Amino acid sequence: MINFQYARASDVADAVRQIASDPKAKFIAGGTNLIDLMKEDVERPSRLIDISRLPLKSVEDTAEGGLRIGALVPNSDLAYHPLIAQRYPMLASAILAGASAQLRNMASTGGNLLQRTRCCYFYDIATPCNKREPGSGCSAITGLNRMHAILGTSEACIATHPSDMCVALAALDATVHTAGPAGARAIAFSDFHRLPGDTPQRDTNLQASEIVTAVELPARGFAANYTYLKIRDRLSYAFALVSVAAALELEGDTIKEARLALGGVAHKPWRDPSAEAALRGQTASQSTFTRAADLLLRDAKGFEHNAFKIDLARRTIVRALTQAAASTPQSQSNKKIR
Amino acid sequence: MAQTGTAVPPTRETVAPPDKIPVALSVNGVTRQLKVAPWTTLLDALRDHLDLTGTKKGCDHGQCGACTVLVDGRRINSCLTLAVMKDGAKVTTIEGLASNGALHALQQAFIDHDAFQCGYCTPGQICSAAGLIAEGKAKSADEIRELMSGNICRCGAYPNIVAAIQQAMGGS
Repeated sequence: MINFQYARASDVADAVRQIASDPKAKFIAGGTNLIDLMKEDVERPSRLIDISRLPLKSVEDTAEGGLRIGALVPNSDLAYHPLIAQRYPMLASAILAGASAQLRNMASTGGNLLQRTRCCYFYDIATPCNKREPGSGCSAITGLNRMHAILGTSEACIATHPSDMCVALAALDATVHTAGPAGARAIAFSDFHRLPGDTPQRDTNLQASEIVTAVELPARGFAANYTYLKIRDRLSYAFALVSVAAALELEGDTIKEARLALGGVAHKPWRDPSAEAALRGQTASQSTFTRAADLLLRDAKGFEHNAFKIDLARRTIVRALTQAAASTPQSQSNKKIR
Repeated sequence: MAQTGTAVPPTRETVAPPDKIPVALSVNGVTRQLKVAPWTTLLDALRDHLDLTGTKKGCDHGQCGACTVLVDGRRINSCLTLAVMKDGAKVTTIEGLASNGALHALQQAFIDHDAFQCGYCTPGQICSAAGLIAEGKAKSADEIRELMSGNICRCGAYPNIVAAIQQAMGGS
């Protein structure tokens, strides 16, 4: 790690003031990703502004019947929070599918949103990477790209977003609340993360000097028919090859509302309104699910080592929708996929 | 041969080293005052500043769990935590689990079940298991395996580790 200065923020306004006065400073909360990246020399902040003691650790009901989750609620506390377990079990399941118990105890809600890709070339400062060094080139496109994206890629970057939690938040239509020099903002979850385009160095639409203060969930939690199905190389503690958050509202066998978000396949949690529209009003059946999967994957593009993900994603979507429709969500401890 | 001696060393942005920062930690029940640079991880503070070398440095990237300690009762990876951020915290390491000369139930269970070979991951395994038991979420062997997945044992003592944890939980 390079030398850096350390300061604590006394409140949110102070945090924003401090970061606005030093463009090379970074916030630190859980630190699980940032400290790792600093050890690898990928992140080289001049100063760390410690926000971990700010009062952003509560989970509160909203007037709209949803929940407002403070940005510093640890991932484990969120996953095991009784209101999350009861009303948003898909979110709890997604969180528990990611990382390890120790990391979930440390990692914050806001930090989970802001974690960087685990693309091996992004991490290896000896190789070109447009995300790390804009304009230097993408090593993954012609390199080892088994873990990489199949949707929404660009000629500049084929990295994936690593989060499980964010896949569920995308499916749930969460809102990200931020504070910055220009005041507070609310950002729809689908607008928070970006596709790489020709600016892969920007993971999110968070502006300079902005801080995430909360994540808000709308009332609709899909607690009856949901699953989070994650396919990975090991049974636990591995990033997704493909993951699917699937949520349905059923009336008999008819799908009234459907949400489908994918992880491990794109630079952001991937949602496709046309695939969800293809589920609404239809009978919950294998053929309906397959049609939606085909629609979602119509523009999928594989690279040398990851083309298998396209068929894997298709099968995972169908299986996840089947689990959701049958009210048999994937267990995150017994890994048998039923 | 090209002339040597005119090579310019690669430029590297540097920041003036800041003053060391005073930190108070309650480690295994004893308050310890130390002064550390901001980039000192909790792991390095424990091992290099407080000579508590029971906590192991494995990967130093949060992937192996050898550095697991309990901070304010919760298991974390001490390699991914800055000591300055934990000012005022209560830290329990493997050295703090035994009390009055009696092994912690997990330490005894690891011996009873031969739950290690080389032993390098063991302090992290035991601290992680102590955290797991305190969390109270694991009941079945599947759940123990899943919630201990952040601790790697390259000797492959996993079946015995699960058996030891079950014994300490009072399950078998």
